Amino acid sequence: MNPTKSLLFSRLLRAINVVGPFFGLLLVLGLFSLSAEVRPYLFTGGNFKIILIQTVIVAIGALGMTIIIVSGGIDLSVGSAVAMSSVLGATLLVEGYSTTVTILFTVLAGGLIGLLNGLMIAGFRMMPFIVTLGTMGIVRGGAKWLSGNQTVNNPPGTPLNGIMARLRPTELFPLPLGVWIALALAIILAVVMRRTVFGRHVFAIGSNEATARLCGIRVPMQKVLIYTLAGLFFGLAGLMQLSRLTQGDPTVAVGLELDIIAAVVIGGASLSGGTGSVLGSMIGALIMAVLRNGSNQMGWQNFTQEIIIGIVIIMAVGLDMLRQGRTKR
Amino acid sequence: MNPRLRIINVRKSFGATCALKNVSFEVAPGEVHALIGENGAGKSTLMKILSGAHLPDSGQIELNGQAFIPLNPLHAKRSGVAMIYQELMLAPHLSVEENILLGEEPATLGWVNRVRRRDLAWQALAELQHETIPLDVPVNTLTIAEQQIVEIARSLIGEPKVLIMDEPTSSLTKVDTENLFGVIDRLRRRGVSVIYISHFLEECQRIADRFTVLRDGESVATGSMAATNLHEIITLMVGRELSEIYPRTPHKIGEAVLELRELAGQTKPQAVNLKLRAGEILGIAGLVGAGRTETLRGSFGLDRLKSGAVLVRSVEATNATPSARWRGGIGILSEDRKEEGLMLNRSIADNLTLTRYGPLTRWGFIQRSRQWHAAQDWMTLLEVRAQGPGQTVGELSGGNQQKIAMGRLLHHEATVLLLDEPTRGIDVGSKAQIYRLIGQLASQGKAILFVSSYLPELMGMCDSIGVMCRGVLSEVRPVEEWTESGIIAAAIGQSSSTSS
Repeated sequence: MNPTKSLLFSRLLRAINVVGPFFGLLLVLGLFSLSAEVRPYLFTGGNFKIILIQTVIVAIGALGMTIIIVSGGIDLSVGSAVAMSSVLGATLLVEGYSTTVTILFTVLAGGLIGLLNGLMIAGFRMMPFIVTLGTMGIVRGGAKWLSGNQTVNNPPGTPLNGIMARLRPTELFPLPLGVWIALALAIILAVVMRRTVFGRHVFAIGSNEATARLCGIRVPMQKVLIYTLAGLFFGLAGLMQLSRLTQGDPTVAVGLELDIIAAVVIGGASLSGGTGSVLGSMIGALIMAVLRNGSNQMGWQNFTQEIIIGIVIIMAVGLDMLRQGRTKR
Repeated sequence: MNPRLRIINVRKSFGATCALKNVSFEVAPGEVHALIGENGAGKSTLMKILSGAHLPDSGQIELNGQAFIPLNPLHAKRSGVAMIYQELMLAPHLSVEENILLGEEPATLGWVNRVRRRDLAWQALAELQHETIPLDVPVNTLTIAEQQIVEIARSLIGEPKVLIMDEPTSSLTKVDTENLFGVIDRLRRRGVSVIYISHFLEECQRIADRFTVLRDGESVATGSMAATNLHEIITLMVGRELSEIYPRTPHKIGEAVLELRELAGQTKPQAVNLKLRAGEILGIAGLVGAGRTETLRGSFGLDRLKSGAVLVRSVEATNATPSARWRGGIGILSEDRKEEGLMLNRSIADNLTLTRYGPLTRWGFIQRSRQWHAAQDWMTLLEVRAQGPGQTVGELSGGNQQKIAMGRLLHHEATVLLLDEPTRGIDVGSKAQIYRLIGQLASQGKAILFVSSYLPELMGMCDSIGVMCRGVLSEVRPVEEWTESGIIAAAIGQSSSTSS
């Protein structure tokens, strides 16, 4: 096979790998549409708008998490980072800082938490699971301390409230700015992961850290960079949270990290590192949102949703194992 | 007396490679039998068959006069064949007592009878006259020598008839070795047959009653240890024809490009001096564990150095990162391609181009088509059998994987190549291709440091050879001044016979 043909072939294979999660999304939509009561409402523009808005926070978090999981790491502190940055953002607004400053500091707060995670993981060669389990508690506590254990309401009329606002609720457009931001970032990150040296090095570290070191990749520095970059995404997710609730809440987003990890894994990433794609993670995030949305409309109780989402995660990982088992032999 | 263990015409192949062609020998009760052979002679395959990890293709094994085919390690142990591996198999956090009875805990209805466990553990240690080892401490607080005693004690629990010891002294001091010999002696008096595998011939001579030499998967000689001298045994180990063809590509030797001066690592190596010149193939021989890999890793910046100097093209550059070494045109091939050399779940193209994306990018973005074409070119040159550059490396055969690992150095256009066991575990055809490639690289003026445990390839490929023994590299001499027996003697620390 000549290289051009083989390149096409490999693109086809990769497309199939992405089609897997995409097919899952269609399947979920199809199953919900079986119900005659839900069907007419499910496929309205207004409902898709709700789904997309509900996806934004998990999707932006999943962008950061994709970098981390592809590099063979994990971050459990996302929910806390989101809470912290949303509380920080609301506090800054209340204190009268400008919108620009608020956005900047909210995102940077996430980046700082990521930087600390990265420094501990790379510097002391500690397990990412343990380090971020620790920061999860520290940051959550910090957020509560900062807000005096209370929600901080955004000043009315701040432009930040508009990022996630649902205008003209019965139509798909206009979509709020947050959706477009998530989409744009996903495209940028997809290119960065696939086509830049940084992105290829992330894959290399996750695939085999020893090889990465042997090949001259500065693994510790790269890891600090990975966690910091991911942290910036988490900070942005916090900003979206702030806009959506129009308040900073130190108790918000508990367990969000698990939704995000689930989205990335449903999207085809392996927790042992080296595989995963931005597009897959985005579809994974959509699947999670559609599951929630559909379950609500079916009138299912919260516990039913939880059980169903749990089953979907296990099924997605099971399928992934089957796919990997084929390549390992 | 009937033999305790009898091995008759055992054969074993893995795919196309024949690991054991024809092995026969006998071990009497209470005999210490040394199994001697070069790396790759088939010792480990034979051990794996005896301990139940592999099934033989043909041939018979008899234990106490009865046919015996170990089906799995537990079956072998229950039948009375116990094995002590070079890397100790202890659970480091469990106590001495728990380790000794691991898997054999005296119990009623699942409840461990701790008093009885203690008695049994103490008895086993007492039998080895090491009852001073405390039973309650975790084994990772003991010295290596003590841990080994614990491992032997564990093997005594199943009333072993045959005990196989693989390189038991490789990490022991002189005193501990003497101590171990005392233990082996007591086992012998108890009637246990011991198969003792070691590279250190003097030790075999001291402790063994008889020996069998394995060469290229065949048992070539068995004899009484007392009636045979070391030189005869070395000749038996080596006496083989050069079956492979080594290309003699003409190459000119130029300036020194890499120089190591009194290089010492944290534990290994201890003292390495060598000067590698452009267009030269310099071989490093030695036993596994002599510090050859550590020398390469240390000089490449992968392991921390303790002292000494590294000069790259006559410029001092001792403490450098791997990335600086790559930038300096030096490349390394890992001895362990699965754990370190390759990213098994990534594509061939990714693996080949990992160290040098520069020529594949435009405005900072990697051009996939350029990467693909570059990979395809190397695959053609190296005759890699694969579906295409996008195939996952883990799906390839060992030989093709090794070619990809080598290809990375070619893509990087490295001028100094540190090759650690480049032909380990690959088929003969791929080996021949790698030899040809190494010859070509040398004729292009590239410098090659070639570490290998397989003497014929070193003798066939290298311009000069140094031998490493216990962390120290011998004087590097032209290949014509070496004989195979001289290299083996130097590798096991028998420097007196190098002059012969």
